[in-house]
Amino acid sequence: MFLINCPFCGEREQSEFKAGGEAHIERPKQPTELSDDEWAEFLFMRKNIKGVQFERWNHAHGCRKWFNIARDTSNDQIKAVYKMGEKPPVK
Amino acid sequence: MSKNLRYKSSKLVDETYRISFKFNNKIYYGYKGDTLASALLANDVHLVGRSFKYHRPRGIMTAGSEEPNAIIQLHDNTSRTEPNVRATEIEIYEGLVASSQNCWPSVNFDIGGINNILSPILPAGFYYKTFMWPKSFWEKYEYFIRKSAGLGKSPKEADPDLYEHKYIHCDVLIIGAGISGIMAAKMAAKNGLKTLLVDEKSFLGGSTIYDNSEFSKINNQITSSWLEKEINEISKLENLEIKTRTSVAAFHGYNFLLARENLTDHLPINQRDNKIRHRLLKIRAKKVITATGAIERPLIFDNNDRPGILLSSAVKKYIDLYGVACGENNILFTNNDTAYETAMSLVQKGIKVNAIIDNREVIDSKLSYEVEKNNVRIFKGHTVVDTYGYKRINGLSIMELSKDGQKVIGKKIRLSCDSLGVSGGWTPAVHLFTQSGGKLKFREDDQVFIPNKYPSDQLSIGSCNGDLSLEEITTNTVLSVKKFLNINNIDYKSFEIITGIHKSKRNIWLLPSDKILGKTKSFVDYQNDATAKDIKLALREGFRSIEHVKRYTTTGMGTDQGKLGNMHALGIISETAGTKMGEHGTTTFRPPYTPLTFGTIVGRNVGEFFDIIRRTPIHDWHVANNAKFENVGQWKRAWYYPKENENMHQAVQRESKAARECAGILDASTLGKIDIQGTDASEFLNRIYTNAWSKLDIGKCRYGLMLNEDGMVYDDGVTTRLDENHYIMTTTTGGAANVLGKLEDYLQTEWPELDVYLSSVTDHFATISVCGPHSKKIVSKVIPDLDFSDEKFPHMSFKNTKIGQIKCKVMRISFTGEQSYEINIQSNYGKSVWEKCMEEGKDFNITPYGTETMHLLRAEKGFIIVGQDTDATMTPIDLQMDWIVSKKKYDFIGKRSLYRSDTIKDDRKQLVGLLTENPKEVLEEGAQIVADVKKSPIEMLGHVTSSYYSPNLNKSIALGVVKGGKKMLGQKLIIPMENKNINVTVADPVFLDKEGKRLNAKL
Repeated sequence: MFLINCPFCGEREQSEFKAGGEAHIERPKQPTELSDDEWAEFLFMRKNIKGVQFERWNHAHGCRKWFNIARDTSNDQIKAVYKMGEKPPVK
Repeated sequence: MSKNLRYKSSKLVDETYRISFKFNNKIYYGYKGDTLASALLANDVHLVGRSFKYHRPRGIMTAGSEEPNAIIQLHDNTSRTEPNVRATEIEIYEGLVASSQNCWPSVNFDIGGINNILSPILPAGFYYKTFMWPKSFWEKYEYFIRKSAGLGKSPKEADPDLYEHKYIHCDVLIIGAGISGIMAAKMAAKNGLKTLLVDEKSFLGGSTIYDNSEFSKINNQITSSWLEKEINEISKLENLEIKTRTSVAAFHGYNFLLARENLTDHLPINQRDNKIRHRLLKIRAKKVITATGAIERPLIFDNNDRPGILLSSAVKKYIDLYGVACGENNILFTNNDTAYETAMSLVQKGIKVNAIIDNREVIDSKLSYEVEKNNVRIFKGHTVVDTYGYKRINGLSIMELSKDGQKVIGKKIRLSCDSLGVSGGWTPAVHLFTQSGGKLKFREDDQVFIPNKYPSDQLSIGSCNGDLSLEEITTNTVLSVKKFLNINNIDYKSFEIITGIHKSKRNIWLLPSDKILGKTKSFVDYQNDATAKDIKLALREGFRSIEHVKRYTTTGMGTDQGKLGNMHALGIISETAGTKMGEHGTTTFRPPYTPLTFGTIVGRNVGEFFDIIRRTPIHDWHVANNAKFENVGQWKRAWYYPKENENMHQAVQRESKAARECAGILDASTLGKIDIQGTDASEFLNRIYTNAWSKLDIGKCRYGLMLNEDGMVYDDGVTTRLDENHYIMTTTTGGAANVLGKLEDYLQTEWPELDVYLSSVTDHFATISVCGPHSKKIVSKVIPDLDFSDEKFPHMSFKNTKIGQIKCKVMRISFTGEQSYEINIQSNYGKSVWEKCMEEGKDFNITPYGTETMHLLRAEKGFIIVGQDTDATMTPIDLQMDWIVSKKKYDFIGKRSLYRSDTIKDDRKQLVGLLTENPKEVLEEGAQIVADVKKSPIEMLGHVTSSYYSPNLNKSIALGVVKGGKKMLGQKLIIPMENKNINVTVADPVFLDKEGKRLNAKL
């Protein structure tokens, strides 16, 4: 079970959190302008990489805040935790 | 008892405290401190079980948790019965009753033993190969195969014992209290680190604690005495917590570990009441030190599984620690020096060691010369080729090994014995290390896998790290722990080690025999009866990956997870396939290290504590009024209220009729309620609901439909505008938490610029819904100060008011199609207001109704239930709810998806009403809907989602989803059932009062 360093509360057990999928997928500002393919890209296409992956997590049983983490999917190491709107601090 | 196998001056056993116990219905005696295994051995009982497949007689093999054979059933035919318990781990207590498993009628005479004779026709994969044809017969075979499978018997009654879970946080966790673990604990605790030391045994010191020969010394003290002093010292350290009888089951990522602390299993039965039996420790350690030691390897030769054949280290442990001799005429068989330590322990007590058979041609250690001096014959460069004796070994024959170790040569020599100790060297116990994600490397010198790369802040020390000699253990432990914990202040300076043994070893995975392999039974996995022959067969049949060979031959798949034989399996595979060890990988060690009871895993979460139960503030009234309850998520909701002899159908019919003809009352407190405030609240609702919200007047209510971004219906409910910037949203009962999460998600991540605040107020209010033609009269009496006239309080509006001094909110909204009022009041007044409604409604036949009637009433009106009439594939258009989707709004969640090529298809499944040809016939929910039963394969058009008998319409009604259903109005379809086809007609989903007249009906 991970130990996640919530940027608002500090280190907490994974059981307090909910994973929210890939990070940095911005909802298009003008969805009506998009073709079916472009919209589908936003809606369905997700990366599933071996290595460092950026993910959204929610401290569901804590402060209820959403934030991002950079996690190495090959060994589950969390490389960085950062707030929504911030750029990923690691490559 | 003719033999005297018990010797005095043992370390662990208290000979003043005698304990009686029962094994296979016979009474035996042992002493406090004995394990069941040591006590049985002291009584000359070696035969304790039968093997899994061939039912071969099996004895005690080890003295620890790695035991593959001596697994027994405890307390048969009681609620405390437990299968697959290792006799080597159970400490005896007054009242212990145990019996052998996997044998019938008895361990001495076992009918299944015939499998041993049939074994030539029972090769690896026998079941797969034999019972494949004809395919359809598997079900018939399976019954018999299942009957003969499995070892112990599971208890049939509820577990009478208590269990609990406990979290522990520490700076350093040390697993294993052998010599290296003790040293590490002292170093950590003395440097101010909060340290936890755990060991699966009842005592500290591991195997070093009985290393008491003159040939093993640390700083001029006998090793065991040196260690005892160390243990005395650490037991006084403040920062150190020591837990014995605590076995680490799992080592997860981020140094999260699960351990089972065994608290009562060693106590007399009558002292266990009201005590916690096992405690599951959930340990989060900043740093973990594994000091789990090493497990001795057996040797693989023909008939290496007879009762009386033990690991050499176990023979030593039984005599040194428990004072029990495993036999009166011992032989040891080894490929390294450790067996000579065993021999010394035996001869020093005057126990006969007939011979030592050693694979090595050259043996050159102080200890071996000493053993030789004691008149023990040593057969150098020899191997055992066979053993004799069915229920107990009584002899063996040996032959000389060829130079390359691949063949046996010369003449066969026969020797007699009643116990054989084997030693194939040591395997570091890396199980926990690999569980945590650690990677191993293979060390060629002595053919062992050792830790290579740590996945977390952890360290392996001592023999589990491959440091197998006393010098390596002491020196390397100090160096590596010092560095790992980053400490300077340590007591250990240098060690002066004296040892009688030498590291040399001659490793042969599968020892040669004078017989061809096909005629031998050389067991690799004792518990699952997998032999070297089986492994070679698997390779011949094309299996290469160790994971495949494992599953095909079942090597390593027993309850012991192959702790003894896995290395040999790997060795035989690599030798046969001509590959390097480790090239095919090692099998994965999975938690738990040793089996856990279910009681330990669930802890206190049993019975009524299995899951959280949420009750409404009115719950007690429902109970008192004979309600039957339904689980909705974690909520207990009143389902229906049967009167005297009513069944569910009768109660629901009565309740439904009353709600439409007089008045009904429903506890709707479970509906999710979210308080929404902020200057952008209206804009926020505009974005999350499909319809428009900006123009909703203060004091008005509106029904909203919420979609996912993919356009599919997610939740629905009525939202009320309380003030300019203040709304209260209701959600479905089951969806409340997820809806709040989703709204928070959008607010925080997509639209952080919006000034909106959300809070869940579900539990703050009780919600009482009064409906029916008399509802207005009833609520007027309950709240006399409020003007309930249609002009002042029309449908879809809300009022702030008071009942007495208590503020409450009343909404005039309807989920039944009747005139209906929802009173929301602070939870703790919920029950009294409900009772007041009942009181005032008495004259109007007010009838409490449950969720079943609610579902029926809404179905008459064609109102959907999200999650029943929808799954995650229904758009509002599919539900014929186009009216709620705003055409004007530029955007809302899911809007763009409503005109994707897939969502605009005409032949999507769409919600329709279904009427049966025979109005009395009620459809089954979930039944398939088809058009043509003659064409094969029959095309499935959809399924029934809701179905009821409507007492108000006097006919059966149903909702369903049908491909292209919108255009099928009036068309005939078929519901094929098991023994008949039911004809239905597609209808409008609104069955009752399409115009909505009843909402304002006056009586």
